[in-house]
Amino acid sequence: MTTSASWPDVPAFPLAAKSALADAQMRRNIGMATSTIREKRTGVVEEMPDWEQLREAGRALKERTLRHLDEHLLTLEESVTRAGGVVHWARDGDEANAIVTRIAKSKGVSEVVKVKSMATVEIELNEALEAAGITALETDLAELIVQLGRDRPSHILVPAIHRNRAEIRDIFRRTIGPETLTDEPAELAEAARRFLRERFLRARVGVSGANFAVAETGAIAVLESEGNGRMCTTLPETLITVCGIEKLVPAWQDLEVFLQLLPRSSTAERMNPYTTLWSGARDDDGPREFHLVLLDNGRTDSLADELARQTLACIRCSACLNVCPVYERTGGHAYGSVYPGPIGAILTPQLAGMRAAGSLPFASSLCGACYEVCPVKIDIPTVLVHLRDRSNKERAAASLKGRLDPERLALKAVAKGFATRGRYERLQKLGRLGQWPLARKGKIERLPGELGGWTKARDLMPIPDQTFREWWVEREASR
Amino acid sequence: MRIALFITCFNDTLFPRTGQAVVRLLERLGHEVVFPLEQTCCGQMHFNSGYHDEALPLVRRFARVFRDEPLIVSPSGSCVAMVRDHYPHVAKESGDPELIEAVRTLGERTFELSELLIDVLGLGDVGAYYPHRVTYHPSCHALRMLHIGDKPLQLLRAVRGIDLVELPAAEQCCGFGGTFAIKNADTSIAMLDDKLTNVQETGAEVCTAADNSCLMHIGGGLSRQRAGVSAVHLAEILASTEAEPFGVPAVGSGDAITVVRA
Repeated sequence: MTTSASWPDVPAFPLAAKSALADAQMRRNIGMATSTIREKRTGVVEEMPDWEQLREAGRALKERTLRHLDEHLLTLEESVTRAGGVVHWARDGDEANAIVTRIAKSKGVSEVVKVKSMATVEIELNEALEAAGITALETDLAELIVQLGRDRPSHILVPAIHRNRAEIRDIFRRTIGPETLTDEPAELAEAARRFLRERFLRARVGVSGANFAVAETGAIAVLESEGNGRMCTTLPETLITVCGIEKLVPAWQDLEVFLQLLPRSSTAERMNPYTTLWSGARDDDGPREFHLVLLDNGRTDSLADELARQTLACIRCSACLNVCPVYERTGGHAYGSVYPGPIGAILTPQLAGMRAAGSLPFASSLCGACYEVCPVKIDIPTVLVHLRDRSNKERAAASLKGRLDPERLALKAVAKGFATRGRYERLQKLGRLGQWPLARKGKIERLPGELGGWTKARDLMPIPDQTFREWWVEREASR
Repeated sequence: MRIALFITCFNDTLFPRTGQAVVRLLERLGHEVVFPLEQTCCGQMHFNSGYHDEALPLVRRFARVFRDEPLIVSPSGSCVAMVRDHYPHVAKESGDPELIEAVRTLGERTFELSELLIDVLGLGDVGAYYPHRVTYHPSCHALRMLHIGDKPLQLLRAVRGIDLVELPAAEQCCGFGGTFAIKNADTSIAMLDDKLTNVQETGAEVCTAADNSCLMHIGGGLSRQRAGVSAVHLAEILASTEAEPFGVPAVGSGDAITVVRA
């Protein structure tokens, strides 16, 4: 597999985060954006009396669907085919990219227009098309900013969230002009609109992802805020949709739940501005040809893990990113993945493997803010600690270095020591005796090795002369 | 009422004062405190760090030690959350039906201190006296796993002499997160920095919480900054009375861990 959700050139999270934390402009931009959207989301969620029931309905629907995904997928294939579409199955990103490239080439085009889609960024479709001489143009404003800036997305919903208006103005001036552009939002939007309109009108192939795919009817749903997506799904003659297999919902009625959950959780809107739904293709309206590429790319491996599979319930709202204190400070690029933040920390290791993304499950303080806002109740903290266990085990199995990891050895020794009262009490005494070279004037200001991470900015109080249990025993004896 | 104290390995070793405060408080309220000496660690550190095989024997041990205790209290939101929220999961993964049953009732019998005082004992005012300016940090596991809400604040509001001030952005994590504070030290410090700024903005001399792990983090930062603000566990405030004050330990003097002689 050459394409995966993780970027090989980005170092492990702690190191990537270190440089990200030093980027003052990025931190200001992300801090501003996430706090604004966080507040707005709280407002529109609190006004819903049945929000908790809706979340539970969303969770239950997704859980049941994933349990019978194989059957639903076949139903979807049948429905889409019946409606005049063509269904393709892609085991991984390479297969999906080859299918899309082949279709685009068969139409003789050198340019395709794209709806914002996470799945196609995950499989690096744009790069694959470019290698085949086809330019893929992103039409979502934020995605376009990323593309024009030769940058990477840093947020699921707002890929250019790390950029402010002045930076966007500079990118536009450099690429699509005009050179006199100011940083007024209306002017920036107008510049993008002028650039995109021309391309919408001449495009013959459109590429999209899917928010939902309805098995029963074969309908594909795309939710967006700009209307640019709808241009791509309606104007070109040929429409290709790349859809992760987990995006499926069994019945049309199920959309009722998700169309309430998603907008409030993602853009903090009561109703989604542009919801486009279509089934197959027809001669008199919209694209004449519709291709649905069903993408696995690691998803069935995730299904095999009973606890972690709930990750696939994600509807890509990004509420967890907006409330995450880690994401808010490091931004998205430090995660080295198209899926950053809490959901990325559990999804990326499952899609790309622990070798590529094994540091991500540890990139969390387990504060639980993500779980609280997740519209489909993915228990992200529990999945994180589950994946930590998997990551540790895989590391230990893979190499001697992994087996001799100091943290692993220390925690194993401590577990043994805590197995009996006698050993535990001896360990307590040993700790008290062993700390004497470190404790100065009632505190420890520097710890050796890995533990030094603590004392970079935090003092440590030494272990006191008497443990609680020693005090208790003494007290009981004196009674 | 007979109440078993689950001290946690962390408090037992590093913060004995907190345990003493719980004992003093509950005895003052007329209850019998027992301390099963066989207890060691609930396994949270191993579980959260991703060493689940190592956590399992500790879970078994805990279930055995506290098997016959009708009521268990702990001055740690996160260790109670481990018992209540994660034990069923660990037990399920072990596939041992006896353990599954044992931890089910355990979760129903184990309470964080403010839960015990308000929900079980029905107390809002424990008769404490603490003449200091205090701000309260709601630790994440107590807040989002146990859902203790404003129970600690209800108790604090009833303390005589206290000057309780609201902490800005209180519900933001302090950045501790166990091994996260070491493995991802830079990110953790960035989170702590904002917490310290907010604590200092209140002008409080004491920052309190229901978890000494977070307080060790916040207190460690305050000490490094020579901020002149102490981190004190909720139990110590509630244990304090006019006749027997618990006092505010001096920052970084080692006072915070000085054992109160019986």
